[in-house]
Amino acid sequence: MKPERLVGIVSYGGYIPIYRVKTSEIARMWGRDGETLQTEEVAVAAMDEDSVTMAVEAARYALKRAKINPKEIGAIYVGSESKPYAVKSSGTIVAEAIGASPNITAADFEFACKGGTEALQTCIGLIASGMIKYGLAIGVDTGQAAPSDELEYTVGCGGAAFLVGPKTDETVAYFEASTSYVTDTPDFWRRAERPYPSHARRFTGEPAYFRHIVNATKNLMAELGYKPEDFDYAVFHQPNLKFPLKAGLMLGFTRKQLEHGLLIPSLGNAYAGSALLGLVAVLDVAKPGQRILLASYGSGSGSDAFSIVVQNNPYRGNPIPFISQMLKRKKYIDYAQYVKHRGKIVF
Amino acid sequence: MLSAPRYWREIRYRYRLIGSRCLKCGKIYFPRRLVCAVCGSRKLEDYKLSEKGKIKTFTVIRRSPPLGYEKNVPYVVAVVELEDGVNVLSQIVDVSPEEVKIGMPVELTFRKVRENGKEGIIEYGFKFRPIFE
Repeated sequence: MKPERLVGIVSYGGYIPIYRVKTSEIARMWGRDGETLQTEEVAVAAMDEDSVTMAVEAARYALKRAKINPKEIGAIYVGSESKPYAVKSSGTIVAEAIGASPNITAADFEFACKGGTEALQTCIGLIASGMIKYGLAIGVDTGQAAPSDELEYTVGCGGAAFLVGPKTDETVAYFEASTSYVTDTPDFWRRAERPYPSHARRFTGEPAYFRHIVNATKNLMAELGYKPEDFDYAVFHQPNLKFPLKAGLMLGFTRKQLEHGLLIPSLGNAYAGSALLGLVAVLDVAKPGQRILLASYGSGSGSDAFSIVVQNNPYRGNPIPFISQMLKRKKYIDYAQYVKHRGKIVF
Repeated sequence: MLSAPRYWREIRYRYRLIGSRCLKCGKIYFPRRLVCAVCGSRKLEDYKLSEKGKIKTFTVIRRSPPLGYEKNVPYVVAVVELEDGVNVLSQIVDVSPEEVKIGMPVELTFRKVRENGKEGIIEYGFKFRPIFE
């Protein structure tokens, strides 16, 4: 899907909460001491944080970098599977918190872990068609996992906001094209009014994650006539360490292309924030002219792939923290504090 | 707990830290006022406060928190002196009570303030956290 008019990233912001729990601490709780775990530690939201507050933090960072008037934003879309309200738009709360105009379109997107990239595609369409000037697309989650479930060793919290607009000489990067690949594949789901998601274990691999990411990425490369070596970086959704590495190698990418956007070992899987935070980490260091592949994955299932060309990196020395700095700013909590933070103690 | 309309009336002030400034004498207020306490003028305008400041004084709430704050204990409540000279009463987050010090530089953050039970509205608003180093 190539836009008729090119759309760029005006600015971006990533947010990772300060608290971490070591996965070895989770393993201690459930009698799995000493096992090799794919993730070192995961980011945990504070008790007073949720996907809306983290969306606001990421959006405020993006706006501080952009120095544009928030009243010029025409669309605010939040992709998340941990909406604090089942019914009430998160986008309106973000809009009010950043001082956006009421004359905008706002909605929440849900497609498991790819709600954020859906928001991004929608903004690209609205901007390319000239319907809006700027759009704010956010992917954010407080990843949910049932106590003792495999997921508990990987889920993290965080999100990223992208302020997109028409491509100019000043935009940070621009989108060449995006493709999506979706099928009805029940690999991971959460029924209404249930607190934790369920998953089909090994079925989440080949027919789900790999099939969708590989197809979306191959279709994107075919549409643009690119090969893996045409990209400097590749960022995939990160439910664990193995999947993005394997998907990358299946598609012909090298570990070097993948490693910079691979945040899972120290962040965890921030669901709708996962691939987008990986993109933020890459944009923090990428140089003009470099090309980035981004492929999200949402269970249920689908993948959105994007080809992004870096134009500018104007952020050296600015006061907004880089992802690498946010990952280093941390406070460890134990499992008991973790369950309190994540609302797993019901009282 | 605030009723939905009462919370709604204060949303923009609480989310974005907006106070009021007297057009006659220049005094800045937070929360906002309709009448200037210094010169009596009724001509005040919205004023966006600075998002950075330092802790002037603080206390730690450990027992008997107000309704809706029970799960937060122990938590820090401070008077934050903003860069524009205005004092704001706020919770301080992302820091343990033992680490808080008078003079500590802090910045604005957006957090849940209170939940009206499992079925009521979620009240969001400003808090402060130590400045990112």
